[in-house]
Amino acid sequence: MLEIKNLSRTFFPGTVNERKALRNINLNLADGEFVTVIGSNGAGKSTVLNMVAGKLQPDAGSVAIGGKNVTKLADYQRAKYIGRVFQDPMAGTAPTMSIEENMALAYARGRFRGLGLGVGAKRRELFVEELKSLELGLEKRLKTKVGLLSGGQRQALSLLMATFSKPKILLLDEHTAALDPQRAALVSRLTKEIVERHQLTTLMVTHNMEQALALGTRLIMMHDGQIILDLNQEEKSKMTVNDLLDEFGKIKGAQLDDKTMLQ
Amino acid sequence: MITAVELGLIYAIMALGVYLTFRILDFPDLTVDGSFTTGAAVASVGIVNGMNPWLATVLAFFAGMVAGVITGLLHTKGKIDGLLAGILTMIALYSINLRIMGKANTPLLGEQTLISPMRASGILGSWASVAIFFAVCLAFVAVIVWFLHTELGMAMRATGDNQEMIRSFGVSTDNQKILGLALSNGLVALSGAVIAQYQGFADIGMGIGLILIGLASVIVGQAIFTQRYIWLAAIAVVFGAVIYRLVIQLALSAGLQVNDMKLISAVLVVVALLLPKWKGFQKIIKTFTKRPQPVTESKEEVRTNA
Repeated sequence: MLEIKNLSRTFFPGTVNERKALRNINLNLADGEFVTVIGSNGAGKSTVLNMVAGKLQPDAGSVAIGGKNVTKLADYQRAKYIGRVFQDPMAGTAPTMSIEENMALAYARGRFRGLGLGVGAKRRELFVEELKSLELGLEKRLKTKVGLLSGGQRQALSLLMATFSKPKILLLDEHTAALDPQRAALVSRLTKEIVERHQLTTLMVTHNMEQALALGTRLIMMHDGQIILDLNQEEKSKMTVNDLLDEFGKIKGAQLDDKTMLQ
Repeated sequence: MITAVELGLIYAIMALGVYLTFRILDFPDLTVDGSFTTGAAVASVGIVNGMNPWLATVLAFFAGMVAGVITGLLHTKGKIDGLLAGILTMIALYSINLRIMGKANTPLLGEQTLISPMRASGILGSWASVAIFFAVCLAFVAVIVWFLHTELGMAMRATGDNQEMIRSFGVSTDNQKILGLALSNGLVALSGAVIAQYQGFADIGMGIGLILIGLASVIVGQAIFTQRYIWLAAIAVVFGAVIYRLVIQLALSAGLQVNDMKLISAVLVVVALLLPKWKGFQKIIKTFTKRPQPVTESKEEVRTNA
């Protein structure tokens, strides 16, 4: 479903700040595969995600979604294939617009936006059904401005908006990192449920090793712009957080993500 | 007094255009100083040359749209700062407006205009004409409110609200900005065309400082009305435009001169911007209005992994 070939990117080439963010990354995601990505600071996790989303252009290599090469497409052009949840709970929704209007914005992903009403009676029914699945009572507050919701509620809504139109690829960029532990657990649980329900091909970056082990069908560890560990579901299921830390220890000079160290 | 209300209602259409860019797109567009005059010039020259006044006014709308598109292209494709892009188009339009009119002033004396039938039947300057202008304004408000609730209009609102987010749902924010600027400047030019017909001439200087009038209308209106609903915010803009005219009228009758108007406009905008921040004013507002209760978190949300 997602094919990343020989992806390379150097930041600030030719200057003293030159940094190789990605070194020839190759990664294939099968249909329905849920990959969690962990790694040290500056390992290139977010760079990979941003290149799949089209926010960053690679120096070399290609990205293909469902067999279609999207490397040259701008972020909004490939958005019809990609659902995305950001780290910042404020980033995935429009705060001055209501819950149902935000759902309508998401519903129209990848389709032509014309002069039909954004929220009609039929769509509202669909939105209510989808919102019910969050079990947050948001379906009773369709007219509430999203800016009035809490961070956890907004992130749960962002997750629903990114997924209910069934994108080919779901990108999660440390989407629980900015939430308190209870809300993070909630969004984690919702992620698991939604990805399983829609069988979404998912790439999730996280700094939380427990979460990386608990979620997903495959785990990737990155360091210095390369993939240094790739575990399938069976290997992953045998892993513990300590095993992962040991793997990190094997890398000379690898510095764990600050946020990981704090846990 | 009635003349001030009439003028306010015509300028309200311009203010609705400014509302689209300033509030909806969150884009401070200075093109309006130029495109207002462009509208007036296009309509006047058309009418003087025997064009149907309705057609001339519609043509003015499209001329304004072109001006908006140019600012939009400079900003999005040329990556020029929004304020500067607007100023560039505004300055360039000064020469273009002179080219359109061929001189600095185009009189419409004795011509058939949109306003001349009203003047002939003697309702101009009466409450009947105020009712007509108000009805026209409400029609524009209705169309704008409807548009902002269509899929396209909602994408435009989201562009002003959270660009990153709406791009991730497949909307080109560049295209939305260009479209918004086009519609906005179309309305501004339309307003200019009607003002020219109302006052009986188009003048090269009639758009100078117009952005302040637009901003004053939007800000005064929204300082008085709540912004909770789009339709209320849009109507607030219309009332803001009328209130602005009435304040100008008061200032003039208090002995200030027409030449002081720009200073009055600037002071009014400053007051409208600063007054809501003043704590004493907030207290007064609170005693008159009930604040919307912030939504409390539901208990279910704390449910975790069982």
